[in-house]
Amino acid sequence: MTNKKLILTVDDSATIRELLLSELSCLGYRVTQAEDGIDGLEMLSVEQPDLIITDITMPRMDGIRFIQNVRGDERYKATPILVLTTESDPDIKDRAKRAGATGWIVKPFDPQKLAEAIRKVTA
Amino acid sequence: MSGSATLPPDVLAGIKLGFFEECEELLSELEAGLLALKRGETDPEIINKVFRAAHSIKGGGASFGLAPMVDFAHQMESVLAAIRSNQLALDAQLLGLLLRAADVLADHVRAARDEGRVESASAREIEGALIALVAGDCPAGEVSNHEPAEGKPTAAVWSDSETPSPATAQERIWVIRFRPHASLYASANEPLFLLRELQYLGEVRATVDDSELPSIDDLVPEDAYLLWAISLTSTADAQEIRRVFEFVEADCDLEIVTDQEGAATPVADRNHPTAGSAAVSKQPDSPRPSISSSGIAAGRSTPRLSETIRVDVERVDRLINLASELVINHTILAQRLAGIGSAGTSETELPLDELHQLTRELQNGVMAIRAQPLKVVFQRLSRLVREVEAVTGKQVNLVVEGESTEVDRTVIERLIDPMTHMVRNAIDHGIETPEERLASGKTAQGTLRISATHRAGRIIIEITDDGCGINRARVHAAAWSRGLISGDAVLSEHEIDELIFLPGFSTAKAVSELSGRGVGMDVVKSGVQALGGRISVASYPGKGTTFVLSLPLTLAVMEGMLISVCGRSLIVPLSTLLETIHPKLDAIRSLGAHARLLSIRGEHVPLIDLGHALGYLTEPAQVKGVILLVEDDAGRRAALLVDDVLGQQQVVIKSIQANYRMVEGIAAATILGDGRVALILDVNSILLSHGRWSAPVEQRLAAG
Amino acid sequence: MRQASTVSESPRRELLSFRLGVQEFCVDIMAVREIRGWTEATPLPRAPDYIRGMINLRGTVFPVVDMSARFGLPLNDVASRRVIIVVWIGTKLVGLLVDAVCDIIVVTDAELQPTSELAGEAIRTFVSAVLMVENRMLCLIALNHLVPELDEAAA
Repeated sequence: MTNKKLILTVDDSATIRELLLSELSCLGYRVTQAEDGIDGLEMLSVEQPDLIITDITMPRMDGIRFIQNVRGDERYKATPILVLTTESDPDIKDRAKRAGATGWIVKPFDPQKLAEAIRKVTA
Repeated sequence: MSGSATLPPDVLAGIKLGFFEECEELLSELEAGLLALKRGETDPEIINKVFRAAHSIKGGGASFGLAPMVDFAHQMESVLAAIRSNQLALDAQLLGLLLRAADVLADHVRAARDEGRVESASAREIEGALIALVAGDCPAGEVSNHEPAEGKPTAAVWSDSETPSPATAQERIWVIRFRPHASLYASANEPLFLLRELQYLGEVRATVDDSELPSIDDLVPEDAYLLWAISLTSTADAQEIRRVFEFVEADCDLEIVTDQEGAATPVADRNHPTAGSAAVSKQPDSPRPSISSSGIAAGRSTPRLSETIRVDVERVDRLINLASELVINHTILAQRLAGIGSAGTSETELPLDELHQLTRELQNGVMAIRAQPLKVVFQRLSRLVREVEAVTGKQVNLVVEGESTEVDRTVIERLIDPMTHMVRNAIDHGIETPEERLASGKTAQGTLRISATHRAGRIIIEITDDGCGINRARVHAAAWSRGLISGDAVLSEHEIDELIFLPGFSTAKAVSELSGRGVGMDVVKSGVQALGGRISVASYPGKGTTFVLSLPLTLAVMEGMLISVCGRSLIVPLSTLLETIHPKLDAIRSLGAHARLLSIRGEHVPLIDLGHALGYLTEPAQVKGVILLVEDDAGRRAALLVDDVLGQQQVVIKSIQANYRMVEGIAAATILGDGRVALILDVNSILLSHGRWSAPVEQRLAAG
Repeated sequence: MRQASTVSESPRRELLSFRLGVQEFCVDIMAVREIRGWTEATPLPRAPDYIRGMINLRGTVFPVVDMSARFGLPLNDVASRRVIIVVWIGTKLVGLLVDAVCDIIVVTDAELQPTSELAGEAIRTFVSAVLMVENRMLCLIALNHLVPELDEAAA
């Protein structure tokens, strides 16, 4: 196994997942992906990530409920979670934080912002 | 920390391409959801799906800086959000607007993909209507603060411009007091990382103050007792510093001041015993026995595999070509073995049969990859109907059946044009205006039914309208005036209907905006024939018209009968072959100077000398050789006179149009076991040109 | 490679020259996909006499044009036409049946002369220019006009 840190990305858009995968790989991370909250919880049980990046608007289980479920599990209390938000929804950040999110990345995100947000929440 | 360069352009281009594909699926879901709502379905999840589709298109588009598309998607999203939260009522009018907006959004997506623009007035009008809905509904304070990015440099973002740092900024010494609350740790934030981040702004000296730390016995692990005093020497301003702490602003006490005099407020000596190592301490870990928690789906621990994968079309086509070549190779092998006398021995026959089976299965499997449901065609038609309704003022209820019927991808692509023409014609010429319909006792709204099904190894597509039917008098007159038929020709009703397929035929007095110039059913027919299909029409005056398309299931492989005509090898599609007959002279009757008939079991069918029909002979030959009784898709029968029948074989269909053009009487080509090209007969075309079928034949017999 | 004349500044083209009887012709080499030996072609019904039929090349089926017939030259023994030059005409592959392939020639546009003085309106439609190589005249073939049947027209 490598020493690379693992990031779990959760987003129903294949495009966003691919963009994240490419960029995070460039930054030196391993990446696993999930399509929605339910998928995300399953991926969590496979291998514990060092960081979770999740979208909010997703089918089956949205980001807020996903975060609540993650935080509800003792094992993941200290796992940093970044949410992908859009500027146009001002109170989503508060809702996310109340659910237990660590920080956020505003869409559209650029490589700089992505790296900065990750730095602020992981080792 | 590896530098985050931007992604290489080809990687980005690949993701962008994938994005547009994703958009097509999202647009399709969006439309499907709106149509479901229009039908009156009340599942609350539908509006969520529609919202998410618009939201995803917007989100992805923003990543690529596709401003006009993003702006329009945003307007749609706002309206959908308002509907979702019951601030806007979803009535028929709003649904109609949303459906038209979905069409405009699709235009934006394609324009973005093709690097064009959407510039129609109706698009602007629809966008305006969406904006007005949201503005009127939400109080000013809640209006989304999205700014149209049009005209501004794009928000995205995957570019290689570095944010320029201010050239001359004053370096100052900042003093930051940072005291996390328990909630900061609860959200998995870590002061260490934030302090580390400050180092990106300048030189940091941090001291922890643990004076409030209680004794171990009183310590509550999740609580916060530490605070930091930080001195930062930086050119950054307060806002930038505050941004480092943006995630935790609500979870801490944060004070940022600058020391005007440049002398730092006392910073604790690094040797101070309470400083601890590295001046920063971490919250002690609190391991607990792990409990499987509620809310996490129990069950499979293996990751759920994606149910579909995206594959490059070229790869699939290559596979299909290989599978086809495999079929040819098998045929060559079988022939060679037969040639050296191994045929019939179980040693070679069994494995050969197995190979045949496996090859077929492989081919079917690969074909299935390229099979797509017709749904995508039907969706296009659905939008087309809306457009035509709008332009003509007619009302059309579109009913589709069998949209999950699967068809080879190449067939689908080439079906879109012919079907588009037919739908336009059906509404333009077939279905009457609401007034006309009411006047003749019909419902104001006409019905257009499109159905697709598999039948007898072919795909049958029917397009039926309940309009006024074909105007036979007009068609007959138009055909006569164009010299397509002679003045005294007596034609059955069905034959008149079929006149519309003749080249150069169009009865539109004014070329309507929709039907286009000179585009008629002849183009549709040749398009269908190019697919190896057939088209026929049935019409009932005042009641409506039905077009039936019959298409081969796969374009690539077919069972055929190898025959020889005038020394040339030809393939007759096995699906048309009824039986092989050795002619008896007394079964042949003459009709007039030129035509001949075969009498078989009380029926008379036209006898066609295939060599003559194909132009190999100038005169029909004497009757010798073999006769093939064939039937085309429309049920017409004829007897084909050929030299010899050589045997059945599976053939791979090769297009002759790819490198040449359509040849009358020939459907396609194939490659025989010896590598030679053999032509595949177009039975339908031969029968149409060179035969006359039973009923009119009897009439003419009677007429003498 | 033979230079047709001294090098000048105008853009240069490479042409593949071939022989029909005693006459020489050439085509732009960019259009040539490959050169094959003669294979028997399957005749097409009601095709013009210069289209010999369809042949198969590694799974692709395309027509063969008998260039002697196309130019109205006396049709001597088929056996003498041994070579098929496979060319792209637009998006279609077509085989040109010739006697032999000669050479690759580099020319500049300046060396191409118009065909107005030559015989035969018909021939002028698919010969776009002539050029001189060592006192021999070569006709440059305009491939896109060579086979009018290739244009999509209902039979």
